[in-house]
Amino acid sequence: MNMMLMAVGILGAIGAGGATILYFIGQKFKVYEDPRIEPVQEALPGVNCGGCGFPGCNSFAIACVEAESLEELNCPVGGADTMASVASILGKTATKAAKKIAVVRCNGTCEHRPRKNEYDGATNCAIAAQLYGGDSDCSFGCYGLGDCEAVCPFDAIHVNPVTLIPEVDEEKCTACNKCVVACPKNIIELRKQGPKSRRIFVSCMNQDKGGEARKACDVACIGCGKCEKVCPFEAITIADNLAYIDDDKCRLCRKCVPVCPTNSIWELNFPPPRKKEPKVESADVEA
Amino acid sequence: MLKTFRIGGIHPKENKLSAGKSIESIPIPSEVIVPLAQHIGAPCQPVVKRGDPVKVGTLLGKSVGFVSANIHSPVSGKVKKIDKAYDSSGYKRDCVFINVENDEWDESIDTTAALVRDCSLTSKEIIDKIFAAGIVGMGGATFPTHVKLTPPPGTKAEVLIINGVECEPYLTADHTLMMEKTEEILVGIEILMKAVNVNRAVIGIENNKRDAIDKFKQFAKSYPTIEVQSLKVQYPQGGEKQLIDAVLRRQVPSGALPISVGAVVQNVGTAFAVYEAVQKNKPLVERVVTVTGKHVANPCNVLSRIGVPLTDLIDYAGGLPETTGKVVSGGPMMGKAIARIDIPVTKGTSGVLIIPTLEARRKLMKDCIKCGKCVNICPMGLNPTTLMTLTEYEVWEKAEKEKITDCIECGSCSYTCPSDRPLLDYIRLGKGKVMGIMRARKN
Repeated sequence: MNMMLMAVGILGAIGAGGATILYFIGQKFKVYEDPRIEPVQEALPGVNCGGCGFPGCNSFAIACVEAESLEELNCPVGGADTMASVASILGKTATKAAKKIAVVRCNGTCEHRPRKNEYDGATNCAIAAQLYGGDSDCSFGCYGLGDCEAVCPFDAIHVNPVTLIPEVDEEKCTACNKCVVACPKNIIELRKQGPKSRRIFVSCMNQDKGGEARKACDVACIGCGKCEKVCPFEAITIADNLAYIDDDKCRLCRKCVPVCPTNSIWELNFPPPRKKEPKVESADVEA
Repeated sequence: MLKTFRIGGIHPKENKLSAGKSIESIPIPSEVIVPLAQHIGAPCQPVVKRGDPVKVGTLLGKSVGFVSANIHSPVSGKVKKIDKAYDSSGYKRDCVFINVENDEWDESIDTTAALVRDCSLTSKEIIDKIFAAGIVGMGGATFPTHVKLTPPPGTKAEVLIINGVECEPYLTADHTLMMEKTEEILVGIEILMKAVNVNRAVIGIENNKRDAIDKFKQFAKSYPTIEVQSLKVQYPQGGEKQLIDAVLRRQVPSGALPISVGAVVQNVGTAFAVYEAVQKNKPLVERVVTVTGKHVANPCNVLSRIGVPLTDLIDYAGGLPETTGKVVSGGPMMGKAIARIDIPVTKGTSGVLIIPTLEARRKLMKDCIKCGKCVNICPMGLNPTTLMTLTEYEVWEKAEKEKITDCIECGSCSYTCPSDRPLLDYIRLGKGKVMGIMRARKN
């Protein structure tokens, strides 16, 4: 019995001694951390995608706490809701950044853009880009080897096996910017998602002269300038034989879409154009 | 015991189909396309405009910056336009299109075949002349020669090494040149020695070119400062650092230039171009190209003007065989498969290799079995499989520590891999990225 008590006593004393030492060491080497960082980090999505421009959610949370205002800071994954809750934790006001989405600006499917040769090297766009401009006559188009797909942390972009062009899943895309950086041809761009996901963009990156671009691909932008002329908001500019629609200025009027001779301007998620209903003779109705 | 380099190396099948064939001049087509970027470094600034008459040797593009080289007209005629066209880079780049009329040479160029041996110019005058003639490394790397001949301050060259190795399978352009222009090359070497101020030169030639070794040994008797060194056949002996190791038994430290061990290396093709530039005033407007392939009707070595489309060369060699699977610009190891054959010959086009379909297809990549073959054969003593993995996962700091930038892109690792892994493809990508990061850090 005595032995047991002794053992309990000694172990207890060691434990108490250790606890005291640890307490003082803990006090001595204490690092002050802003108590707001943790709740802010919890409010963030926690996927560490880097879309905000910081290495991960923790660094973004620290930046939010330390920043004077949240103007420059935006979590593209969480969007306005997350930023609002972060703002409420910190007692700051969040600016509402328009929701963005990745847009693939190439429509050079096998059908539109005849392939002239076969690539059998490593399945990697960046490696192919070191070797040549692509397997068609267009050296600005998509390789279809899927660097964007490999890099996406949200499983939101996939190369269509038939068209060999990547397609963005609107539900899943968070505009984290990873595919934009990964694409060696700079085809992918983050654009405003627009109301009801409606958006208009030029689905081409070809900067060759019109004739050459057209020869290489049916749906290439030939830089004819018709869209630029018809746009009432000066949202379209032509540089290097290529039209570009500024999504800050574009009001989605859709005037540019029908004038494009090569159908390189895309409209997404718009209702189909309303058909004019045939006029019904009023006399017939009465009769 | 024949000398060779001490680390790694492979011996692929030589397949020198066009060996022993003499140099044949190829007819000039009615239009040539001269790219303005034919060298490592900044592309040229065009100094001609549409409609300008040009002669052979007229300056077309002026070099901008130190690491750059002039480009001269390879034909006479009128400038048709300056526009973008595909070249061996696989992309459209600025080129000068010239409509050919006759074959008039610039008056200052000596077009006779007579050997001019004596050269009384000073080192600086020689280097200026080489710079003006737009000479670049003719082995394929196209590094401007005047840069190599201007050692950085504080360094001193002791020996000039002439690269007559031609370790690439199939290619015989340098071999043929050595056989036909032996004396000219030797005079070129003397001029190069004067330019870098050394009194010893060694020509390294692989033992599979016995005739060239014998011929050089015989002629070198009247050039007492030039030695001929026969070397064991081993790829990539033509690599600058490998050749220095083979000839001098000195290892160039990682990241350093050959001058750090007192060596300057030049190709035999470059030596010949230097001879023509300095003694004959002739800028670099033509080069020897090997057109070869197992199913090619007539593998040959042709003397082609710069800007002649590869289609002409292939037609000269008997046309594109039906079995063609791949056309490679350069040799099979370091050359580059090209997507179209209407691209022009440039200063760095050492060969056109036509590979039949059966051999051309790359096999499916399998998992690494950690056999270590690539580590054994890497001539730079690197670990290719690790470097590939590091590139795949984008671990650039580690890749830099593993000396990815030392890779000479010889392709021995991909050649030897039993799992057919595209090692070099990835390492080249990683090397580019790491070099970009290092440059950004410096600035």
